[in-house]
Amino acid sequence: MAERRNDNKREPWRDPGAQPYIQIENVTKRFGDFVAVNNVSLKIYQHEIFCLLGGSGCGKTTLLRMLAGFEAPSSGRILIDGKDMADTPPYERPTNMMFQSYALFPHMSVAKNVSFGLEQEKLPKAEIAQRVDEILDIVKMREFAQRKPHQLSGGQRQRVALARALAKRPKLLLLDEPLGALDKKLREQTQFELISIQERLGVTFVVVTHDQEEAMTLASRIGVMNRGEIVQVGTPSEIYEFPGTRFVADFIGSVNTFEGRLIEDLPDRVRIESHELGGVVYVDHGISSAPGAVVWAAIRPEKINLSRTAPAQSAENCVKGVVKEIAYMGDLSIYLVQIGSGKTVRVTLPNIERLSDDERILWDEHVYLSWHSSSPVVLSQ
Amino acid sequence: MPRVPLPSPPHRLLAGRLGPWWQLFFRYGPPRWTLYMRHNWAGGRLVIAVPYLWLLLFFLIPFIIVFKISFSEVRLAMPPYAPLLQWASEKVVDVHLNLGNYLFLLTDDLYISAYLYSVKVAAISTLFCLLIAYPMAYAMARSSPATRNLYLMLIILPFWTSFLLRVYAWIGLLKNNGVINNTLMALGVIDEPITMMQTDFAVFIGIVYSYLPFMILPLYSNLEKHDFTLLEAAADLGAGPIRSFLRITLPLSMPGIVAGSLLVFIPAVGEYVIPSLLGSTDQLMIGRVLSDEFFANRDWPVASAVAIAMLVLLMIPIMVFQRFQARELAGAK
Repeated sequence: MAERRNDNKREPWRDPGAQPYIQIENVTKRFGDFVAVNNVSLKIYQHEIFCLLGGSGCGKTTLLRMLAGFEAPSSGRILIDGKDMADTPPYERPTNMMFQSYALFPHMSVAKNVSFGLEQEKLPKAEIAQRVDEILDIVKMREFAQRKPHQLSGGQRQRVALARALAKRPKLLLLDEPLGALDKKLREQTQFELISIQERLGVTFVVVTHDQEEAMTLASRIGVMNRGEIVQVGTPSEIYEFPGTRFVADFIGSVNTFEGRLIEDLPDRVRIESHELGGVVYVDHGISSAPGAVVWAAIRPEKINLSRTAPAQSAENCVKGVVKEIAYMGDLSIYLVQIGSGKTVRVTLPNIERLSDDERILWDEHVYLSWHSSSPVVLSQ
Repeated sequence: MPRVPLPSPPHRLLAGRLGPWWQLFFRYGPPRWTLYMRHNWAGGRLVIAVPYLWLLLFFLIPFIIVFKISFSEVRLAMPPYAPLLQWASEKVVDVHLNLGNYLFLLTDDLYISAYLYSVKVAAISTLFCLLIAYPMAYAMARSSPATRNLYLMLIILPFWTSFLLRVYAWIGLLKNNGVINNTLMALGVIDEPITMMQTDFAVFIGIVYSYLPFMILPLYSNLEKHDFTLLEAAADLGAGPIRSFLRITLPLSMPGIVAGSLLVFIPAVGEYVIPSLLGSTDQLMIGRVLSDEFFANRDWPVASAVAIAMLVLLMIPIMVFQRFQARELAGAK
């Protein structure tokens, strides 16, 4: 998705003059002694799909609930559209929320659920009916308008919940694990539908999810949370290719990290001697860290190459190992290779060709692991 | 080659020793009726059968007897009513069906006004019970689990003393030189005692007080199951607290309201003790009329007719309730 959004209009956060739609300023939320959200500051722009990504208990839902107004920040400010939301109850905020449990009203039909918000605005009946039809068309639920929630499948309920939240045409839609209850196939399909609906209606989405794939597919930007703090904010490719910390690198996708010492630190290249690797990692981009400091070289599994013969390059960025495990996943295969230091390295290879057993690398084979000098990311924490 | 007979299977050997029933069992399998029992009479039905048998013996049969008496004529005898069936001659059974008792209920003003008064008292008491119980049940349902149990205990606590004793205690509170009047006079709020005993007010107090737990408990058990994210969703969609209550909580608690109301209304209509002890003597409730007919007048047929009429009167709300519940069950997940 990130490829499509590369101009300044698509990426308002790159424009220093852009006015953020939501400003979260030093927000902290405490429940007794427990700090659920710790000094979080964020700027979210209009027409974004912003994903708050983190494990359970990282405070992402609490942050979302503060945006909706169900929780008040212990300290800090939340501004939506330039207005401080401190004294605005949820029923007066310009936001709508799609709940994780969907929270559909069980005693009302689909149409009544969707029209509930519009009725609160005291719109004329004809207009309500027309807008309900319209939004049910968008989520393809029009023929189920008279059903009760318990007569619907999980996917259908999810659509109704989305329709209900969108019916009031909010400027900001908050989605709490919107696709959590759906199975994998349906989830993938719905992710793309969500994006197309968002683009059609021009709503700003803030999505809470623990599923990194979901975040990668949906988000214009991702905010990774850990223990109540925002660890890193960036586009999906930034977060994946240039994680800022070992936590982020490990949380988004899988990664091999090698602890080591900086032995050469120049603006355009870095050398790390790693005892965990049993060799030297050469990186063709610089970092800002003192020589001799302990750092970690992180290399994604798909960026490592496996070969039976030694690659024709220097001894750097190359290590020998023995294949211990192979998992065939269809589109790719995962290899677990034990290198000389005893550490197991994860390598994924795409299954581009159908190879015979002779051509494929099999268990207990001695192999060379190598990677391009642009692949490693150097992390200092 | 000598033929060795095949050994009998062990159950055949056993069958030979156990007698003809078992031989049949092993040849043809278990008899039909045991299979029938296994599929249709197992566990569940047996468990249901016991209370049904109880109700048959101690409710349905007495009901039929009362129903029968309600069609006979009063007579100074032992028992004090004429039998329904009589042998007129050797071959003719004389059925003496007297509908007069029911007509008498309609013609005599006393019964109709007693019925109406009973329904009125029960309805008003039920309404007050509901108004008091709903906020209590709601507060209980929203409190933490630990305090919830404490509240439940406190609600049930009065049942540990005798019902009669508690009603007598109200006499002590309400009478002219009772606790309430004495306190108010000592404080100088009033000069002379307010008459509270032998009024409708006293009856309402007695009924509301006695039946309040029966309203709270079903309401609580309903409200406790409510998903409070529904209220958040309503607020999120722009409904203020009052609208949310009216559109979400109230409709979803309807089964609890209906159950609680019937649990209060039905016994309150036939209430005898509370109006006798606290109420006035010039306006009688139907329970009092019933007991007077039986014990003071010794007119068993009319008393039976009163009882049957009251039952029919109460059957209507029960049936409405049943319909309502059936609809709710169909609507539930």
